[in-house]
Amino acid sequence: MKLEALPWIILFLPLLATALITLFTLRCRTKSSLISISAVVTGFVLSLVFINANGWHPAVSETAVNWLSIGDLHADFGLKLDALSMMMLLVVTGVGGAIHIYSYAYMDEDQGKARFFAFMSLFTFSMLGIVLANNFLEMFIFWELVGVSSYLLIGFWFEKPSAGDAAKKAFITNRLGDFGFLLGILMVWGLLGSLNFGVLQSAMVANPAALGCCATLAGLLVFCGAMGKSAQFPLHVWLPDAMEGPTPVSALIHAATMVAAGVYMLCRTLFLFDADALHVIAYIGGFTSLLAALMAVQQNDIKRIIAYSTLSQLGYMVMAVGLNGPTPAMFHLTTHAFFKALLFLSAGSVIIGMHHEQDIWQMGNLRKKMPVTFWTFLIGALALSGVPPFSGFYSKDSIFAQALEQGREHPLLGYPLFGVAVFVAALTAFYTFRLFFVVFFGQEKSKAASHAHESPAVITLPLVALAVFAVIGGVIGIANNFGSQFSADHESLTFLQQVTEPLKNIVPMLCGLAAAVVGIFLAFSFYKNAAADPLPAKLGGLATAMKNRFYFDEIYEATFIRAHDFIAAVCDVFDRWIVEGACIGFLRGGTDLTGRALRLVQTGNLQTYAFLFVLGVALVLYFVLGK
Amino acid sequence: MHVGLEHYLTVSFLLFALGLLGVIMRRNLLVIYMSLELMLNAANLALVSFSRFNDNLNGQVLVFFIITVAAAEVSVGLALIVALYRRRQSAHVEDLTTMKL
Repeated sequence: MKLEALPWIILFLPLLATALITLFTLRCRTKSSLISISAVVTGFVLSLVFINANGWHPAVSETAVNWLSIGDLHADFGLKLDALSMMMLLVVTGVGGAIHIYSYAYMDEDQGKARFFAFMSLFTFSMLGIVLANNFLEMFIFWELVGVSSYLLIGFWFEKPSAGDAAKKAFITNRLGDFGFLLGILMVWGLLGSLNFGVLQSAMVANPAALGCCATLAGLLVFCGAMGKSAQFPLHVWLPDAMEGPTPVSALIHAATMVAAGVYMLCRTLFLFDADALHVIAYIGGFTSLLAALMAVQQNDIKRIIAYSTLSQLGYMVMAVGLNGPTPAMFHLTTHAFFKALLFLSAGSVIIGMHHEQDIWQMGNLRKKMPVTFWTFLIGALALSGVPPFSGFYSKDSIFAQALEQGREHPLLGYPLFGVAVFVAALTAFYTFRLFFVVFFGQEKSKAASHAHESPAVITLPLVALAVFAVIGGVIGIANNFGSQFSADHESLTFLQQVTEPLKNIVPMLCGLAAAVVGIFLAFSFYKNAAADPLPAKLGGLATAMKNRFYFDEIYEATFIRAHDFIAAVCDVFDRWIVEGACIGFLRGGTDLTGRALRLVQTGNLQTYAFLFVLGVALVLYFVLGK
Repeated sequence: MHVGLEHYLTVSFLLFALGLLGVIMRRNLLVIYMSLELMLNAANLALVSFSRFNDNLNGQVLVFFIITVAAAEVSVGLALIVALYRRRQSAHVEDLTTMKL
């Protein structure tokens, strides 16, 4: 049996769960959550079964049904099954499953638990759709669906105005990127005449100049989509605000999966990008990672710090794609999904223990009170900082190595970005351990901190599961799978070779290691027993700028939003006075006046009617016979 | 004097014009009704004379139809006028303006 139906079942199970919950069990919180959890966990198990039966490169790599044909446009609804999509399938259902189970306890007291799980399943469905899509149109549809479910989940606590605003901000910012994405898709279709990834790829391989002079433009337009979803500069502003949603949402959507969709899309369509487009992508990625890391240093909200680190790591991934390294990018994406979900869920556990206090300067000394959370958070932090032998070390190292390798061909691209990447690695270690030391060491800084308690097992079990993968994620063959996807002559590494892989390129490994150690050491010396942040006094204005996120929100407010408001006001005046007043008003007034005039004819007197009738007949006769 | 088609048609036109004037000018419903009949008969006269001068019986047949329909119409119309008079105590058109908006 080839199990061809399995991917379809995996894709549609979460949609079925959403339908069941919204139609039947919205009143029953426990049933709803169990339906949703079982849908995603079944999806995970079925993915394993499918991969076990077919391997990472199934013989039938595409199944599709014709969805619509209009003229030359043939759009399939199809599934692409290769190492790239199946790895992502495992990440989405696996990490998603852990987070679903975690949410069962996290959302326990919330009245909207059933609604929450309906949205979560809807999200899982859309994300799986992006991962499995075999053409641009289908991917775009699921791309938008993911945007909608993200909107619904960020605004889950819609009675809070800040949550509603954050949801709108995320959705509108994403729309800006998606507009470019749509233009890019249209351009690719117009130039190559197909939307199917496989067909496009063979067209580009057969004739690398098929896109002609528009290649760079088309590539950058498609990249716009990734810029919105993966929150790259200058559309990065929505991601930190998205932390208004519940913590499991931040972990699943705004750290592990959805924001990675942009990187995944870039890797899926890498053949479209020419060298110039890739260079721009690399610079934007590098700049985003640097910017976000600097901002993270001076944040005080536990979730926001992790959110900025997500931004920064996404910058890494996009940079790796731009450096023509899809394998390091996807490798880092996968390990990042493990340890970032772990960090967010641990932060969520801390937030529960602290009774929904999120300011790290109200915490302290939670090491003793929340031992499981402490250890899982430590593992996540070490993986994020790139300390061997944790997963983050291997994936980051592959990005550093890729940057240096590109530096040999393009010195102006590779070497500066390598420098940025190493500097960001040091910053990452610094702010992660700043958070770690302030929260788990030192003195209790508030009453809530002294009364904190460990979370129940439903919460800590997913943490432990994710922690295991955050530790071993670098050496279990993830890079092998992606490597075999992206290069034909890839050699599969044994376990031992994977462990010693970084030693092959000693320079990037030593730089990365040194950066992590320096960052952790600085954080230790500043924050070991700090009761307040010593940095603002030392850095002065720079610290204020970091704290205020380099005033990007304010700059956008003063320029784009102000300009937009002005245009809207002009349109309003035009609509009110020109369209409504002159055009519609003239028609309405004219009709009214004519009506009033004609009304005078309506006397009710029989003889007037008879007279007018005769007059009419006379006129008709005159015109018919008189000429 | 030779009497030709044009003479008949002139008489028919005069009758029709008289009837039309009556319908437009007179106030009493009954008189208006009589004027209507006058117009119908003007038409009849025209048809009969066409028939006669064209050696064709079609016009004659049409006249029979008109007379029959007119008879039926008169009976219905008179009944309506009587009913209206009973209700309003008046048979003058200027009193019958309920159709005005």
